[in-house]
Parts: sequence; structure tokens; C-alpha cells
Amino acid sequence: MNKRKAVNLTSTVSPQKSGHKPLRETKKELPFPLNLYQSAVGKKWVMAITGLMLVGFVIGHMVGNLKMYLGVLEHDGSAAYDMDIYAEFLRNLLVPILPEGVFLWILRGGLLTAVILHIHSFYSLTRLNIASGRSYESKQDWLASNFASRSMRYSGIIVLAYIIFHILDLTVGATSDEFVHGAVQSNVVNSLSNPVIAGFYIVANILLCVHIFHGIFSVFQSLGVNNPNINRMKRGIATAVSGLILVGNVSFPVAILAGAVEYNECDPKLSVAEQVEENCVNSSGHDSDSDDDSHSESEGY
Amino acid sequence: MSQTLNLTLKVWRQEGPDADGSFETYKAKNIPDDASFLEMLDVVNEDLIDNGRTPIEFPHDCREGICGTCGVMINGRAHGQEKGTATCQLHMRKFSDGDTIVIEPWRAAAFPVVKDLVVDRSPLDKIIEAGGYVTAPTGTAADANDTRIPKEAADSSMDAAACIGCGACVAACPNSAAQLFTSAKLWHLNSLPQGQPERYKRTEAMVETMEQFFGACTNHGECYEACPKEITLDFIGYMNRDYIKSKVKNRKLAGQQS
Amino acid sequence: MLPDSKVPAGPMAEKWTNHKFHSKLVNPANKRKFKIIVVGTGLAGSSAAATLGELGYEVEAFTFHDSPRRAHSIAAQGGINAAKNYRNDGDSVHRLFYDTVKGGDYRSREANVHRLAEVSTNIIDQMAAQGVPFAREYGGLLANRSFGGAQVSRTFYARGQTGQQLLLGAYQQMMGQVKAGKVKLHTNTEMLDLVVKDGEACGIVCRNLVTGEITSHSAHAVVLATGGYGNVFYLSTNAMACNVTAAWRAHRKGAYFANPSFTQIHPTCIPASDEFQSKLTLMSESLRNDGRIWVPRQLNETRAAKDIPEAERNYYLEEKYPAFGNLVPRDVASRNAKTVVDAGYGVGPLKNGVYLDFADAIARDGRDAIEARYGNLFQMYERITGEDPYTQPMRIYPATHYTMGGLWVDYNLMTTIPGLYATGESNFSDHGANRLGASALMQGLADGYFVLPNTIGDYLAPKLNQPLVDTDDDVFKESERLIEETTSHFLGIGGSKSPDHFHRELGKIVWNRIGMERDEEGLKSAIEEIQALSKEFWSDLKVLGDAKSLNSSLEKAGRIADFFELAELMARDALDRRESCGGHFRTESQTPEGEALRDDDNYAHVSAWEWNDKDTPQTKHAEELTFDEVPLTQRSYK
Repeated sequence: MNKRKAVNLTSTVSPQKSGHKPLRETKKELPFPLNLYQSAVGKKWVMAITGLMLVGFVIGHMVGNLKMYLGVLEHDGSAAYDMDIYAEFLRNLLVPILPEGVFLWILRGGLLTAVILHIHSFYSLTRLNIASGRSYESKQDWLASNFASRSMRYSGIIVLAYIIFHILDLTVGATSDEFVHGAVQSNVVNSLSNPVIAGFYIVANILLCVHIFHGIFSVFQSLGVNNPNINRMKRGIATAVSGLILVGNVSFPVAILAGAVEYNECDPKLSVAEQVEENCVNSSGHDSDSDDDSHSESEGY
Repeated sequence: MSQTLNLTLKVWRQEGPDADGSFETYKAKNIPDDASFLEMLDVVNEDLIDNGRTPIEFPHDCREGICGTCGVMINGRAHGQEKGTATCQLHMRKFSDGDTIVIEPWRAAAFPVVKDLVVDRSPLDKIIEAGGYVTAPTGTAADANDTRIPKEAADSSMDAAACIGCGACVAACPNSAAQLFTSAKLWHLNSLPQGQPERYKRTEAMVETMEQFFGACTNHGECYEACPKEITLDFIGYMNRDYIKSKVKNRKLAGQQS
Repeated sequence: MLPDSKVPAGPMAEKWTNHKFHSKLVNPANKRKFKIIVVGTGLAGSSAAATLGELGYEVEAFTFHDSPRRAHSIAAQGGINAAKNYRNDGDSVHRLFYDTVKGGDYRSREANVHRLAEVSTNIIDQMAAQGVPFAREYGGLLANRSFGGAQVSRTFYARGQTGQQLLLGAYQQMMGQVKAGKVKLHTNTEMLDLVVKDGEACGIVCRNLVTGEITSHSAHAVVLATGGYGNVFYLSTNAMACNVTAAWRAHRKGAYFANPSFTQIHPTCIPASDEFQSKLTLMSESLRNDGRIWVPRQLNETRAAKDIPEAERNYYLEEKYPAFGNLVPRDVASRNAKTVVDAGYGVGPLKNGVYLDFADAIARDGRDAIEARYGNLFQMYERITGEDPYTQPMRIYPATHYTMGGLWVDYNLMTTIPGLYATGESNFSDHGANRLGASALMQGLADGYFVLPNTIGDYLAPKLNQPLVDTDDDVFKESERLIEETTSHFLGIGGSKSPDHFHRELGKIVWNRIGMERDEEGLKSAIEEIQALSKEFWSDLKVLGDAKSLNSSLEKAGRIADFFELAELMARDALDRRESCGGHFRTESQTPEGEALRDDDNYAHVSAWEWNDKDTPQTKHAEELTFDEVPLTQRSYK
């Protein structure tokens, strides 16, 4: 008798010994656009978009802060620091379409969402990268990566810590008894005249710009808008943007510590023109309207 | 004229995937500087065999820089210090007498060590299997000149297709990402007319298979520096673009656009 | 007895069409009932596995590499021929057929070659559809070049990486079938035996190179696409792992081995630099279009090339062959290089090369033009030798490149064992005694894509519903036992010399005695030397490590053992063929000018050798060749 068996095309194949299982399984696909966020490429995309939003905010924030160099101006018939006028303008955005402060909160909501998504995508990609891991026993000779690209996770975490402190310090006013809602110039000068806070501010801003440098550099690639023409400009754009922010932001504590930016109260009897002339404000105007807390915060400054 | 080198090698030795490994130190004596890096290892192995010690297993085959089999970390660099050069094309005249050379296998969770310097790179095949082809069953093709392809497009596709699948990009990447490998194959096929019908399906499948095994890109650019064929980072951007499009596009329409 | 070659009757141009019509077919719905094993995943193997999978067969593909894409087809540089006549320069199927038969020096089967030329055009269509980025003209149409002295521009190419791109195309197509579930892929798996039951091939036994596990695989038909045996020379342009083992084990099971002495020596390779040299690197033949080959006239020349005055240079090819000059065919260029080097005129530190000088070309066309043409080759040369070919001449020397011989197959590509097929370089069929440039890729893909898938059905159709042989059957178990035995034998010899040592020594014998020039005395002593070395191999081999994990010494030992037997057969075949033809040059048979002189009266045949046993030399069977379409002529390059 021939020892033969019927054709069985599934049992004769031994599993491939050398192959191995995926490190992770693909999950069931969610409906659009959530499915984008299920993949690492999609997460990078989200990280890039939210990063761009946050860079936009940082630039706006810096430009707004430049107002502190303008000192006191005449505004609605009284003298006020330009900084404070700008803060009030922000609170009044889209008034009367929306009640005072509402649009500001919408902006803040958007920013908060961006921050959360940026951090979450960072967190989950970092976990993925660590799990995909490498374990070289010898020292690796880096050729293309730089301090900025390799320190993203650390610079990001330190900047986040600073932002939390910064909000408590200058938005909520939780760190100082002298904090006055809406008196932005006064609050900023009070805070940054403290060398410790100024030092933290400077270090955090340097890291922020290092972070932004690699962020801008990467954004073209992550969004897939790169091409050889853009590539030539990538490093230049990243340097310009992060350098501009660095110069602007670091100038504030330096100027305050150097006494170039001040907050001065002056004799209540001085006229508006005299206040502008003397670069000081009549402080009485402020204390009285601190009843409306939620609306009088400066926009995260 | 030919000279000889005496070198100290620190080579990663590991019995098998589950065994612990460690560096062993060997002397490589009288290595002709015309020898290739792999021939230097051949000499060391002959010496080991003479002394009754098991030779070092290292990956190699064509020794012409095209098959993609070889590849080790040499002094912390994938394929060694010469840019655009696979390990087999690295020659000993690039080293100096008395040098210490540290040799380690590729490292990535997806590339477990098989033995010594040999790693298992089968996930790269899985990525190709997921969609790295044009479905054109034998016999169905029309005349090759019926489809014209601008020379520039064909050249760009060829730039991507030059990938030899050695895995140096993964080995060099701080995240063990296979973006350069995957995007090179995607651009090879996605940039050609023949690749259009399956373009977005292919992109989705290959990217998602890649992510089952490898890390994510954080745009360091180490992969490009390590690549023996100098595949450009641009392809990664093109892949990202096509991936987002693949999710956004309506499949029925996607195949009709390029 | 040699089985019928099954060459169909009828006019040459209609043979293939008629044959396809008269072959038995397997109903599409029944194809899934057949399992086919494909060993090797180079051009011939990948294309066959992919196509058979598409047709509906259940395919299992085996490669000893870690990935199918590592196969050595990937290293082919120059291009692939096809009779498209896109250049309108007078090419045709018939001309490609004619050139191939003539180039093979009338030792190939006309019908096979004609079929090859016919399907060559389909290959280009198929590969372009597969997304192979062939070189293009500015108008977007495919570019061509003339290659290897051909009179027409019929070579398609993808930079200097045509083999790579074609292999990736075939590999990707196969991976598509892996995804579709029609092809099961076994990597790191080396075939070590063919299993035959009741006279028919029924499966293979393999060793997993990573785990050492021996496994049996059963199938209705087995296809060998395992490449050539050039590594029998030790130094060759083949990849390190290329070997004859799969084909040889099939030979030992009854497949006849045809024309083993037909090997091709490529004239333009970089000479060995030292005794540790592990392989030689090919420099594209196109370099001979602009480079001038010479050696010094003076023995023991010590001056640098540039200091040797024109009058003291011997441009030996230009002098001897004024019409063709440096562009004589591969075998002629190779043999002449050997002659001058053997006479002591060799250049380089080891005096083992000849100059290939671009100084005149650079002076004539400018450095930029030469760089545009050969930049990547010059760069590769500089990388390997450390010498700058722009300022000093290249040194080149011939090296083994391709083997025309291989398993004997009939018109269906079936060997003498029913159910066992051989495709690509592993068979003997299409190149005769010498292969034309850019024809290897063509043949591998022709076999895998268009020939085998159309002929295999003829064998399978009558076997419908016939069960597979159980892998527990005695024939499999016996094979497994023998493999285990040999493996433990290798590990147990405990001698003093490494496998590489024996390989290197064997290579020297083969290169010196069965290389570019062969004579009776040398061949007879080669057989004795090989036998003596083989005896030493089996008693003084040293293989360390174990059989349960990756052990490349152990792998090599098995392959070298087969090379010993093959080398002996090569010598016997060369000894038996007392004529010169193509790459086979017997010094006893040459024209007054020193050219290869064929003896068509006695040797217009294929020598197919039948294995007897280990101690009895193979028996020769002759398949007479007839030339109805291409008249027999003596080659002349004067």
C-alpha cells in the first residue's frame, strides 16, 4: 500500500520560524477623521498642525508683549499702559457679537485643545518609539540629528512646566499678593523683576525656541508639503522663526531687570497728558473694577 | 602600495535570539589595506577557526553593495564611516593601524538578533507584502511603450527604487523607524502611472504594516546619512502626504486621480 | 537513455505557438488542487512562483536567503535584451534568435532559443507594467542601448542596476501572491535533497539555516531555479552563497547534468588584490567601448603606467584584431588577457591584470564626457582599489561570471526526472557554449514568466486528484536521515582546515586547469588533484559550532562537498569535448590564428551526464543538435 494521504494544502506548511509577530496589532479602524489619529503618521500630522497653532500663538504672544516697550498712552480719555489697553482689546474681541470675554475663552479653548493633542500625540508616539526600541551597547555616532531633535521630549516637558507656572503667575495670579487682574504691565514688571523668575523665564524660552526650531524644521515633512525647493529653505525658516521668538521673548526680562521697562504710579492729580509725558499712570482707576474677575484676566500673559 | 594593519576588534557575540550577548575582543593582525571590511572579518574568522573558536556569524552575500544582506554598526555608525557605502564596499584603507573597531548588529525591537551580528529583518518583507507591488498578472501587459513616462518621473522613481532593503535606516534611527524604507518603495510605485490604481490602498496598507513593527519618524535625518544608496528624506514627506490623502479620499475616486 | 527533447515539429517560428496549443491544460478550477514547489527566488524563481500563483496553483517558494530579494540576480548590471525593434534598426525575433545561437557557438537547441527570442518582447511589457523604472528618453518612451558588441540597440536597462530592478519587480509580484495566500514563502531554508518516488519528483527536504531543523515538503512538481555554479572557481563575480547544491542533489537523484564545462569568463573584472580576496567585482563590459587595453612590452616593468612611452606599450587586442579591437567577444578578450599575464607581462602589485586605459578617451572627449558615461563605475573602482582611474589606467582581469551548463531539460524545461523542472541559469538550455551580454536576465524571466507556466500543465493535467506523497513516507525519512548523518559527519571530522581553505584550494585547481584554456594533460591531472583534495576534505575538515543554530561553516561544508563532485565532472566533460567552442577552449583545437576551432562533425551535441554512484564516473548521453535556421559558420573577429 502506498502511504499517501489526500491533498491537504494547509497542514503541510510549517510556520516560518524566522518571522516574528508584530510588536503591535492594528486596531479596528474608527470613522474619519478619528482614523487618522490611529496611525503614527496621522499623529505626527496632528502634532504638526497643533504645533503650528501653538507657534502662531507664541508669535502673537510675543508681538503683544512688545507693547510693554510703548509705555503709557492716552486711551479713551485717560492715560493707560499700552499693554493694558491691548489686554482690554483682547477681552473685547468680537463684542458686541459675543459678550465680553467669550471669544477670548473660545481662543483659549482652542489653544488648550491644541496643547492637549500635542501632548497626547507626543506621549503616544514616544511610547511607540521606546517600544520599537533599540539597545545599542556601543556609543552611537550621530550624524544628522542635533541637540534640538534629540531633546524634543525633554524641552517639551520643561516648557510645559514653565507654561503652567507662567499661567499661575501672570494669568491666575496665584503666586503673588501684588497681582492685580487686568494690570498687565504692573504684574509683568513685578514678576520679572524677581531674578529667579526671570532666570526660569529665560531658560524656558531658550528651550522653547530649541523646541520650535526642530518643530518648524519637521513640520514640512510631517505634513508632507516638502519638496526639494522647500528643503533648501527649511533650516533657514526654522532658524528665523525660532530666533525671532527667542530675541523677542528674552528681551522682556532683560529689559525689566535692566530697568528699561517699568511700572510707575504717579500723583493722581496729574493730567492725562502729563501722565503720558511722565510715563506713569494714575493707579486709582484699577482697583475699583476688579469685581469682574473672569473677564479681566489678561489673555494668558 | 598595499600596507597591512593591526587592529583591535570588539565584536558582539550572541549565541541565539534568547541568549545574552556581550562584546568579545579580538586582534586582527596583518590585514591588507586593500581588503574589504568583510574580508577582514573573513581573516579573523579563519584565525578563530584555527584556534578552535567558533567563527563570527555576520551577514553578507554579494559583496558588491547591491543585495542588501550585509550591514553592521561600525564604531557607532550603520555601515561605517563612509557615506553612501554598504559595509561590503567599505575598505580597510579607510582605517589606520592600531585602530579599535567596535562592531555591533543592527538593533531594533523588530530586528531580533539571530546570532552574533546577524539580525532578522523579515518585517521589511512584510511591508512589501502589504502592498509594495503593482497588481499586473503575467500576460496582461500592454506594449511597454503604450504608457509614456516623463524621463524625470522615471528617474525620480528609480532614485527611490534603488533601495537595497538592508535596514540601515532602521538601525540608525533613534526611533527604530522604517520610514525611509517604506517611503522609498511607495514613491517608486506611487510616482509611476502603473502604480496609480492602487496608490492609496497601497500607501495605507504599507504604512499601517510598518507601524505594527517600527517606531515613528521624528525627522532626525539619521536614516539618510546611513543609507548606502543615499535615498532622500523627501520620500518620507511624500509618503505622509499620500497617507493623509488615502484616509481623506473616497476610494472610488481616489484611483482615478494621481 | 536520454529522453526525447520534445522539440515540437513544424516551422521554427510556429513551434512555440503550436506546442502551447497541443499541451494538456489544467482546468482553472482544478489548479488549486496542485501544489508546486519552487526552489530559489531569483528572477527565474520569483517570476515562476508569482505566475503559477496567479494561475491558481498552490505554490511554496524556498530561499536560503533571509529575504527573496537577496537572490544574486540582483547584481546584474548591464541590461536585458528584447527583440522589440523600438529603434527601427533592423532587429527582429529572428535576429535575436540568430545572434543567440551564433553567439552560443552552435551548442544550444535552436527551438529553445527561438522561443526565448519570441517571449523576450513580452518580458519588457510585463516588467514595465510591474513598475520597473526602465531608463526613458525625454519623450517618455523606453531607452535602449547596444550591448556586448551587438549590431542593434535592443538592450533595455535601469541605470547600472537592471538586475536589481527586474528582481524587485518579480519579487514584489511574488509578495503580492504571498499576500493573496497563493504562495507560501520559506526564507532561510536551504534545499538539501530532492525526493523521488516511483521515478517522479515528489518533494524536497530542507534545512532551516537559523534553527537547524530538517523539514520535508511534498508537492506534485518541483521547480529548481537555483542559479549557476560559478563559485566552484572560489573567486568569481557570483555572490558568496551561490552554489550548486540544489541542482547537484537533483543530479544525484537522476537528473542529467548537461555541458558542465561551459562556463563564461568575463573579461573586465577587478583583479584580486591579495590572497584573502573573497570575490571579484565585475566592471561593466561597456568600459571596453572607450578604454584601450594594453600591457608593457618589457618584462618586469617597474615604471608607473603613465611613464611608459607609447612605443613600449603592447595594445595586444588592437594589434591582433584590427577590425574589432578592444570590442572582441568576451571569451576572446579573456583568453588574450590570460596569455599576456601568463607570459609575465601582467600589471599591478601581483602582476595579475592588464591595463584598461582611458587617457586617450579623456583627451578626445574630455573628462566630463567620460564621467557622464562611466562615473559610477569609476567611483566603484576607486572605492575598491583606492586608485583613481581618471589619472591612472584601470587594472582588469577576467573572472568567472556565468555558467551556461546546468541541468539538462527538454523543451518543457523538465529534467530527466519527471516532475522536476529547472529554469534560469540552473538549466543548460539557451546559451550554448557562450552567453551574449544582457541575455541572462532575459532567460531567467522568460523561463519563469512565460515558458514554465505554459508547459507545467502538460505534466500535471493527468495527475488530477492524485494525492501528495506523505512526508512521513520512507522516501522522505530516508532523505532526512542521510542529511542528518552528513551534517553530524561534518561536525565530527574534527580536522584542521576550514571549509574556506578547501574551497580556495579547489578554486585554484579549477581556475588553472578548467579555466579559460583547457588541455588534455591539465584536465587529467585536474581530476586527480580534485580527487586527492576531496579525500583530504572528507578527512581533515574542521567545522566548529553546532547544527542547531546559524552555522555558516556547516552550510559551506555541504556546498563545497558538492563543488568537489561538480568540479570533477566539469573536468571530465571538458576532457571529453575535444573541440573548442564558445567559452570552452581546448588548446588542441584552434585555428592557425589561435581562435576556437569547433568540431561540428563530432561534437555538435549536448553532453548530458548521468549520475551512477559516488565511486563510478558519470555516464555521458549525447543529444544531437541540428541547425536548420542558423547555418554553421566559424567565428572570426579579424
